[in-house]
Amino acid sequence: MIGLPEIIAGVIAVALNAYVLTGGADFGGGVWDLFASGVRRERQRELIADSIAPIWEANHVWLIVVVVALFTGFPSAFSMLGTVLHIPLTIMLIGIVLRGSAFVFRSYGPYGRKHWGRAFAIASVITPLLFGTIIGSIATGAVADAAEKIGGAATFSEVFVRPWAAAFPAAVGFFAVALFAFLAATYLTVDAQDEELCEDFRIRGLAAAGAVFVCAAAALVLAHAAAPRMAIGVVGALLIQAATASAAIAAIAALWLRHYRVARLAAAAQVSLILWGWMVAQYPYLIPPTLTIRDAAAPAVTLRLLVLGLAVGAVILAPSLRYLMQTFKARRPG
Amino acid sequence: MSISDLMAARAQMALSLGFHIIFAEIGIAMPLLMVLAEWRWRRTGDAIYLQLARRWATGTAILFAVGAVSGTVLSFELGLLWPSFMRLAGPVIGIPFALEGFAFFAEAIFLGVYLYGWERVSPRAHMSAGLIVAVSGAASALFVVIVNAWMNTPAGVTVDAGRFISIDPLAAMRNPSTVQQVVHMLLAAYASTGLAVAGLHAAVLLRNNTLFHRRAMMVALTIGIPAALLQPISGDTSARAVARWQPVKLAAMESLLDTQRGAPLHLVGIEIPRALSLLAFRDPDAEVRGLSAFPRDVWPPIAPVHVAFQLMVILGTLMALVCAWAAVTTLRRREIADHRSLLAALALLTPAGFIATEAGWVVTEVGRQPWIIGGIMRTGDAVTPMPGLAVPMIVFTLIYLGLAAVVVISIASLVRETT
Repeated sequence: MIGLPEIIAGVIAVALNAYVLTGGADFGGGVWDLFASGVRRERQRELIADSIAPIWEANHVWLIVVVVALFTGFPSAFSMLGTVLHIPLTIMLIGIVLRGSAFVFRSYGPYGRKHWGRAFAIASVITPLLFGTIIGSIATGAVADAAEKIGGAATFSEVFVRPWAAAFPAAVGFFAVALFAFLAATYLTVDAQDEELCEDFRIRGLAAAGAVFVCAAAALVLAHAAAPRMAIGVVGALLIQAATASAAIAAIAALWLRHYRVARLAAAAQVSLILWGWMVAQYPYLIPPTLTIRDAAAPAVTLRLLVLGLAVGAVILAPSLRYLMQTFKARRPG
Repeated sequence: MSISDLMAARAQMALSLGFHIIFAEIGIAMPLLMVLAEWRWRRTGDAIYLQLARRWATGTAILFAVGAVSGTVLSFELGLLWPSFMRLAGPVIGIPFALEGFAFFAEAIFLGVYLYGWERVSPRAHMSAGLIVAVSGAASALFVVIVNAWMNTPAGVTVDAGRFISIDPLAAMRNPSTVQQVVHMLLAAYASTGLAVAGLHAAVLLRNNTLFHRRAMMVALTIGIPAALLQPISGDTSARAVARWQPVKLAAMESLLDTQRGAPLHLVGIEIPRALSLLAFRDPDAEVRGLSAFPRDVWPPIAPVHVAFQLMVILGTLMALVCAWAAVTTLRRREIADHRSLLAALALLTPAGFIATEAGWVVTEVGRQPWIIGGIMRTGDAVTPMPGLAVPMIVFTLIYLGLAAVVVISIASLVRETT
């Protein structure tokens, strides 16, 4: 049944999707800054910086929307994540702080441009790595299991380390890095002003697609052992997997054939489908195997106000975001 | 849960908030300054104002980014350090936080348009973008301070055995401290930032009297002077609200041990008879309750609250006095920039607003202890069960120290670049 809690959960899912497609790609840009190479190394870095400079802060706010809607609508879920995943969340936060500040210090600061560039690039890898790790550990059910052990005889490591410091969450972490890098590369092929740079990022996009495939395979193998709670109906699973695979093939084919706008669209669809695949697979659980959307939901009065607030916010936000994108994305002549 | 973990969590939160509050203030007031400068340029055609607007926009870009990431840290820390607080209070205070999220969104979007859109959008659109950044910055502060006001004087909840049996998030937003705290915070932002910017340029003017720095100082003062002059009035209303709704905090602010009628006010060692009764209750003979009227286990740490309160009042008074001096100078049609002692006073006051802000923050936060939600939940009951909290505390301390150093170096070089 779809009620207020499901609507809020849906809004959080949409915001998370928006964050992955925008903020995620900005982190992916940082990954390509780290791997900038060849004679056009500095021009690659300039293109990345130019592409993300006007929009990265707005993109970052999607994460804030996710966090705020989560603690308002599902306070016990937020509380459980904050407690059990304290360490990876803290490392991710440090990554977020370093990425953002290093980026502006490199752009505007008087000294050490090279070092700030390096810090920006490294933080851009660490943050999505932890982002994926966190999602992976939620999916395995280890977070909810660990939360039940708090206050008992369990050791520090059993509650605060093992839920995320495991093979499957790590594989999802690398998967996230590869996906964000793939997204960024396809976006950059569209943003690039000349053929050479375009070709650079086409090749990088294809390489990232290979990395995505390897990470997905690794995650899939590990998933059988680690995430037995992914109990989605067989037909539903097949449908989502088929759609994801088609989007992936379309993205790679379009990149190969240099249809960059198509590639960008298909890559965004592929990443979104992967995200929704995960979320649908664990529905109706927010944190499987114990905390469902209904269990974690705040009182109805809060949910009603939150829906109203999110709706008003969206009315202001949608045209503003479109304006921002129109102002800065229509740069390529023709 | 050990005491040292609680202290580490409190220290990390205090540090994060204390760091963020400066950047939040700058994020509220700085966009207004840059739009004012741009407006002057478009009105007068004087290229100095354009240079000023661009210079301030660059400063805003650096400071806003640091404010944005430190604000993100805070939103996570609520769950990382105080999960039980968020489980209880999330449904009550989440609405203003959600609204704040959208205000932040508008800020980030239109700051992007402003910073990178000089050549891409029309003059009117560009000015509007800057204005939206300024207004959303103020709106962000409004929503966040509402949450803090609720923590001080919770409303809109019915409590039974430590649980909320009914909640009304809108009533929570209209709690007794909201209006006073929001006004006081916004004025603090405009006064601190306005006077800090004016002070930086005044310091340069003392050595190198150029038109650029004269104009910069005057634009900054148009924001700083009115705010600094209004702030004592707002402070007075705030103190009366604290006297009524948070009597323990007031007693700690004045370090008043025994309940007395006609209580005196102590300021830097000077005792003003009956002044506290008069200020707090508008009656020189009113009874002010001392700390001994309350059980010892609800006393906040007295010394820091008392010292911080004094520091805030002294700095606020100095700022208002110097601003009155500057206002009179201008009204008598004299140039502030030609008045060396006034320039020196302004330069000296550069950090005063930010120090006063930190002090005021200590008054309101430490003064609420031992409660995280006044009278409802103790801070010690809200902290995470995660042990070893000294580690993240030290890590974040180092990060904030590093960031602060880099920001200071960047801004200093930005001010020096234009002489």
